[in-house]
Amino acid sequence: MKKLLIALLFSFVSASAFAGSHSPCGVTNGSINILANEFTTYRIFMDEVKSCAGPDADFNVTHSVDHNKLQVAALSANPAEFSAKLVTNGSITPLMNDGLIRPLDDLVAKYGANLNENQKITIDGKIYAVAFMANAQHLWYRESILNDLGIDVPSTYEEVIAAAEKIKAAGVMPNPYAGAFKSGWNLGQEFVNMYLGHGGEFFKSGSAQPNVNNEKGVAALNVIKKLTELSNPDFLTQDTNAVKEEWESGNVALMHVWNSGAASLLDDEGDQAIKADTRLAPSPSVGGGSKPATTLWWDGIGISTNTSDENAEASFRALVGAASSSELANDNPNATVWLIKGYTPGDTAGPVVDAANRGATPYPSFPHMSLMHGALSSELVEFLQGNESAEKALADVEAAYVAKATEQGFL
Amino acid sequence: MPHKTFFWFIFPTGLAMILFIGLPIVSSFFQSLHIETQQVLMEVENCDPFGCQTNVRVDVEATDKLREENPLGRFNGFGTYLDRNHLAFDEIGEAWNISSSMGEFKDIVLNLPFYKALLFTLTFCFAVTPPVIFLGFIVALSINTLAKSIKGLIVFGTILPMIVTPLIGSLVLFWMIDSQGIIGASIQILFDDPNLSLKASSNLTWITLIIYGIWHNTPFAFVVFYAALQTVPQDPIEAAYIDGASRFQRVRYIVIPHLYPVATFIMLICLMDNFRVFEPIIGFSAEGVAQSLSWMIYQDLRNENKMLFGSAGATSMLTILGIAILLTPVLIRTWKEFRTER
Repeated sequence: MKKLLIALLFSFVSASAFAGSHSPCGVTNGSINILANEFTTYRIFMDEVKSCAGPDADFNVTHSVDHNKLQVAALSANPAEFSAKLVTNGSITPLMNDGLIRPLDDLVAKYGANLNENQKITIDGKIYAVAFMANAQHLWYRESILNDLGIDVPSTYEEVIAAAEKIKAAGVMPNPYAGAFKSGWNLGQEFVNMYLGHGGEFFKSGSAQPNVNNEKGVAALNVIKKLTELSNPDFLTQDTNAVKEEWESGNVALMHVWNSGAASLLDDEGDQAIKADTRLAPSPSVGGGSKPATTLWWDGIGISTNTSDENAEASFRALVGAASSSELANDNPNATVWLIKGYTPGDTAGPVVDAANRGATPYPSFPHMSLMHGALSSELVEFLQGNESAEKALADVEAAYVAKATEQGFL
Repeated sequence: MPHKTFFWFIFPTGLAMILFIGLPIVSSFFQSLHIETQQVLMEVENCDPFGCQTNVRVDVEATDKLREENPLGRFNGFGTYLDRNHLAFDEIGEAWNISSSMGEFKDIVLNLPFYKALLFTLTFCFAVTPPVIFLGFIVALSINTLAKSIKGLIVFGTILPMIVTPLIGSLVLFWMIDSQGIIGASIQILFDDPNLSLKASSNLTWITLIIYGIWHNTPFAFVVFYAALQTVPQDPIEAAYIDGASRFQRVRYIVIPHLYPVATFIMLICLMDNFRVFEPIIGFSAEGVAQSLSWMIYQDLRNENKMLFGSAGATSMLTILGIAILLTPVLIRTWKEFRTER
């Protein structure tokens, strides 16, 4: 409940200045004010950023699950409300569209000596972000439950469904599967995974015209429908944090959530019997495809355009100090897959590396993708409730997208 | 009151209303007639930890230049009002042509976002307002008869639902109706159905939201009725008592007629309040099955990253229009009563 509360409400962590100490990252002046998503790995990262900035620094961080919705408005203001934003390959495009984050080449040249080459996110030859971790959604399972029923670890969604049906039929738990199906961004993301897993393309090639109402889209929706039927009936209200709660309560035997969830799912709080029984597995493929039905993500640092150079420099130094800290990475090897130099991957990195090796697609970074994601977020609910056909739901998605993309000037 | 005195009396309020209500409405209307300038796209090479690929991005400089020329965006007339996300006349016309029965036509129309939201908003309005007036009245009557010593405490307890911030109130209830929460679990035991979930089906979610609405709004009706009850003249009540009228008769023939104008006032405010229902939808995470007009505006302004000002402005205008239509009968009635009283 406590975590849910944190997830649902904004939470603010701030530190005020104490006199008489120094800053390990050499932050001397300028204020640091960061907007970031809310999950355990980010909290760990931010602790490092804060200690890097030092106790003297004017340091603030706002963790919010609504960061995507806040970022454009908050960074459009001049001066911007935040000097930096933790971005991902999904959330960077709206900021790029409006030119709200600045090129970092000069700052990287000055302070980024310890960065790996692949941490530098370049767009059109300029560095716009510095990545520090890679993430992907993949399968998690309860080993003892699968073993008791003689079920092999599923490698396709068809096997996941069969396994969940078997667990349900055996009476072990009524709702053995869980995924973040909360209507909104999460539900949209489930479709993105499943549609890409079926080999779908969101847009007609070379244009912003939508392209989801097809056989692959219908097949993707039908798999999602089957999964939700094996999930808690409240699935439309459960985001990733709620799903993790379900897992920790022992109500679920199979789930598809973020790799970074390991930071809280495998920590030493809560029921240790469940945690000891928790195993990670590669993301399943679907519909006879070879690549896993998941998307690859990087998480990184973006610096506001509309903030003073002084604040930008202070924020960058503190953030990049953490993003190149091998101690941070090696002290928390299982918190996520760090991209930091000198990091030895922990036991939980496997599924992300596996997804990358098997050709999983990075989350699409078209400028109009967020509008497509938004349309998916709201138009799929009625299908999942059994009130309309898959074709109708996808036609609605396309129509809703076209109306919004027209208003935004993409069509 | 002479007109001149009245003018100076109302002037500060009027000025504030023009500044803070009138002008924003005009500005929203103006914005709703425009859409964003065309986005200029260009092909670029992107490199990230997963490799390099060719992609498109918005040419910020070129797009900014277009934006500077037309800061409001492209003029679109009433195009936004008529698109699929609002009045959707084209889609309705098409639905009329292709549907073979009224039921099918209705299904298609109520699947369009605006009409879906309108249906919920109106259902909420009309399902919440009458019980609120009725319950508020009953509670006020009951509390009015209590002994003075406990009255204060009971009144405070009764208005608590109104004091609690709507978002917090709905969140608390949301957890209580969870299948593991106290209300949710009790209902499961009561109906002997371990899979019963108030959050799962649209109908149950709507009922939950309506019950929440009644719970939240009743104290307002209660407070107003309770204040009005203090003004009921005691003489006719005593006279009726001596004539042998029962308590029910006294209420029915003396109290209710006296409180009638107050009930109209409460209805007016309740309809207006409930027409812009919003917080419970967020609190109950009910976006999937229950959307209201206010929620649509919120969605446009926070729709995954990008603010759709034109769309939000159009929905706002339609909401204002909706409230005006809804209140017209009540206002006409009040006006007529006002005239006859003179």
